[in-house]
Formats: sequence, C-alpha cells, structure tokens
Amino acid sequence: MCALKVMPGFYDAKVGYDTIVLLSVSHLSIQGITMKIGGIDLKRSWPALAGIGAIIAVLAAAFAWAAGLLGQRVTNVTFLEDTLHDFPAGYRRAHGKGVCFEGVFRSSGAVAKYSHARVFAQPETRAIGRFSIGNMSPYAADNSTSTVSMAMMLTADNGQQWRMKMNNEPYFPTRDAPGFLAMMKATAPDPTTGQPVPRHVAAFLADYPEARKYMEADAVKPWASSFAGATFYAIHAYFLVAEDGRRQAMRWWLRPHATFTAWSAEERARASHDALFNDVAQRLKKAPLQWDMVMQLAAPGDPVDDPSQPWPQTRQHLVAGTLEVQRVFDQTDGVCRDINFDPTLIPAGMALSNDPVLATRAGIYAHSYNSRLHEIGYGKATDAVGKKAAP
Amino acid sequence: MTTETHPKQFNLLAQLLHWTMAAAILAMLFIGVAMMTSLTWRPRLLDLHQPLGIAILLLAIVRLGNRLRHGAPALPADIPRWQVISAKASHWVLYALMFSLPLLGWGVRSAGGWPVTMFPGVTLPPIAPTHPVWYAVLRDAHGLLAWLLFGVVLMHLSAALMHAWVRRDGVFSTMAPGGLGR
Repeated sequence: MCALKVMPGFYDAKVGYDTIVLLSVSHLSIQGITMKIGGIDLKRSWPALAGIGAIIAVLAAAFAWAAGLLGQRVTNVTFLEDTLHDFPAGYRRAHGKGVCFEGVFRSSGAVAKYSHARVFAQPETRAIGRFSIGNMSPYAADNSTSTVSMAMMLTADNGQQWRMKMNNEPYFPTRDAPGFLAMMKATAPDPTTGQPVPRHVAAFLADYPEARKYMEADAVKPWASSFAGATFYAIHAYFLVAEDGRRQAMRWWLRPHATFTAWSAEERARASHDALFNDVAQRLKKAPLQWDMVMQLAAPGDPVDDPSQPWPQTRQHLVAGTLEVQRVFDQTDGVCRDINFDPTLIPAGMALSNDPVLATRAGIYAHSYNSRLHEIGYGKATDAVGKKAAP
Repeated sequence: MTTETHPKQFNLLAQLLHWTMAAAILAMLFIGVAMMTSLTWRPRLLDLHQPLGIAILLLAIVRLGNRLRHGAPALPADIPRWQVISAKASHWVLYALMFSLPLLGWGVRSAGGWPVTMFPGVTLPPIAPTHPVWYAVLRDAHGLLAWLLFGVVLMHLSAALMHAWVRRDGVFSTMAPGGLGR
C-alpha cells in the first residue's frame, strides 16, 4: 500500500499487493530519473540501503563461517567425517567397543595441598568408567588394535564432577589435532602395496617432526593382553589450583597394581574376538583391580601446552590416590552409556592447560555425544541400547 | 500491557537493557555456533556461554517487567499495517527467545548430566531429568531456536536501520539514548 502514497491512483490495481518482504519490489516505478520502491526514494537512499545490505551480509557470512558452513577450515564436525550420520546407531563414534565399570577412588591426601578439589580430600569417591579399545567400530575384534583405553568420571560429595579419558600411550603423536589427521592420511596403507607410501610419511614428518618418536615407539609397542596390567595416561597437562590460587602444572596416569602382560604375535593372532573384555570380567569375578593415580609435577619451563612432549621422568611424582575397579557391566546401561567422558570437565581446584588437542577432544566428543544421544533419544538405536535389531 | 499512554521514547532502563542485551545476545549466538566448530576454543567458549546465558535470562526478566509497566512508544501513523504487525510480532518473538533459549540451554546441560557452571565451583541445579529423550529434544530445540533468533535479530536490525537511515521517521531514536540518531 505504500506505493499508493507515492503515486496516488497510479497503481490502484495493485492495492493489497502487500508482501512481508522488507523491500517490496512490487511497486517499482520510474518517474523521470527518480526510482521509488515501496515509498523509498532510491536515488536519495541507495547508499543507506547498500550500507544496510552490507551490514546484514557481513553478519550473516560471519555467522555462517563461525558455524562451519562457509570455508574449508577443519572443524569439530569435519574431524568426525561421515561417522556423525553413518555409524551403528547409538554408539560412540570412536572407541565404540567397550565395557563399563563401577568402583571407588580412594585419595591419599598427598595432592590436597596443591588442589582444593574435594576429590583429593575426601577419603572415597564413587567412580564410574569404561574400558575400551582403539578401534572405531563397536563390533571390532579385541586383537585389532594395540590401543586400550580407560574413561572415568568421579563425582565428589559436593557434586563436582571430574571426567577423564586415558590411553595406554604416554603422549600424543603431534602437537595439535590437525597433525593427527595428517598422520592418519600419511600412514594410510596404499591399496596396491598394503604399506604406507614412504613419500607421504616423509612429507608428514617434515611438518610434524615430533611425531617421529611416537611412530618409532608405536612400531615396537607391545600389545597389552589385559586391561588389568595396562598403564593409562591422561597425556594432557592440567593445573592443580590450591586454595590460595597457586597453580601447579601436572600430568597424571593410572599405574596398575597388576603386572603388565603382552601378547606375542602368535597369541595375538589366536586371540578370541572378545579376549580383552572376557579377561577383565574374569579377573573381577575373583578380585577387584587397582590402579594408582600418579601425578607428575612440571618444573618451570616444561612445555605445558604440547601433548607430544612428555616431561622428564626425573620430575617429582605424587600418588594422588588409588582407583579400585569392582565390577564391570554392559555398556548398553544408560548409567554409563549416556555419559560423555569429556576430559575438559574438571572440578573446581583444577584448571585446563591451553593444550589444543585437549580442546579439540571437547569439541569432537560433543558431536559424537549429540549424534548418539539423538539416535538413542529418538529410538533409532538398537543393539547399542540392548535391543535386538529390527528384522 | 499498559499501552493507553504511549511514551515518546523507551525509558533509560529499557535503552540500557536493549543495548547491553543486543551485544550480549549477538556475542552469545556467535559463541554458540563457534563452540560447536572451533578446534581450540570450545572449553573457553563454553565457560562464557553458560554464565552469559543465565545473565541474559535474568536481564530478560527485568526487561519484560519494565516493558509491561512502561509500554513502548507508538510507531508513526504512516507506517503500513503489515510493518506495524511484523514489528510487534518480532518484538514478542524476541522476548520469547530471550527467555526460552537460556532455559533450553540449561535444560540441555541438565539432560546431558553436566553441571551448569557459572564460574569454577559455582553450579546451578538441574532443571530437566538426565535422559536421552530429554537431551535429544531439548538440544534440537536449543539449536533450531538459536538459528531462528539470529534470523529475527537480522530482520530487526535491518528494520531499525531502515528507520534510522532511510525513512528517518524517529523510530530509531526512541531506542537511542538522548534521542540520538534521529
């Protein structure tokens, strides 16, 4: 109707031609050199209109970029590739095969002077956790990967949670997460030879020289034949924060009371599909399993934000307490299934380092969690929640 | 709503809340999408997202009270009806989203079993059961409504700038301190 005001009688036929579009172009008219759209004098107003358009376009483009819809950068979404949509419904997108456990963490009191986190002061904290293997697939055979892992959540009596994710490797291959993707790509076996392409590996090592020590260690790493004897490293540095605000950088690992045992090549080849998970269940029928939580305190100058640089073994160690794993139960149980073991969720009395890989974990775990909880919540998951698949 | 007597301008509290929340909400929207994509910033963005969301919720309560008590200036008489209707509708949609998004975010954290952390050691109690169905529904609603809010914010901004720079009809200055931007 605005056009009528501008040119009375001229567009009578178009009365009621309203539209909710802000800049309606239904009433374009040319009157000499004056152009008017919906009562707006274009000749006078075009700089203002262009300015408004530019502001909106910049905001929209910036938002689309921030949301990962524009541009080619690596995001927490692209990291997980197709697994967000194309994966057995309801399962964790990495380390899909696992078993949950229940236990107790008994603090030694030795860390209480470095951190005011309740978990280091109270005698016992309930632990819920999960043993898993490094293969992505929830249906993988236990001898398909040399990586064994433990995740855990401690909830102190003040309600403060501490979530952890640990592997049987003492450090990360690369200084950042894109480096990990580059390593995966560079070491992928060539389809014709079945071996990695040396040229690709060399190019990767030129970009990420720190990965050499990881790859060399990985090549000769013994294959753990039991979760019970494995050492689980948190690999990322955190800060212990004392009551008076003093911060001490540290890394921790869980050191087993049980002896480490490894598979020989033949034993590994013969190992049953669920050998590791059967083993831990068998052992727990006889007795609980224990791990000491060892904390290594950084000295001034030790690299805190680089997960590929372990600190010298000569640094001071403290035993923060002992984890006792008492019982395992199926990972289809919601009590453990619905937990995101995000290692950036820490209690007051601890602080995150600026380790970029730690931050990346938080992002990709969040997407893995979103995908599987939607599948579970909307009823798409079957065996992941203990239901038989539909025929 | 007391709209019998229209004030000439939004009162100072309304203006203060409007511009503070405009900055907070725009920042919040960007923080929200960036923390779902950024490889390195998520923990810090999440630490901001939670207290900022609760702050917006509290400010929205004050703002709604002030608005219901003092009303809004009338739009100029020559503004087309559809624009009046969409202006009013978008304002109430904005109010609805200022309340629902923080509450949904709080609900998502609750349903996922996470604490809502204001700052280290200070957490809010859960407001939804820890359950996958609750999580899936609340998380979807939080994400979809955030995109809706961004769209409505862009429309609101374009309309405001049209009033300020193109129509120059005094509508923008009702929200400008001291009537600036006439």
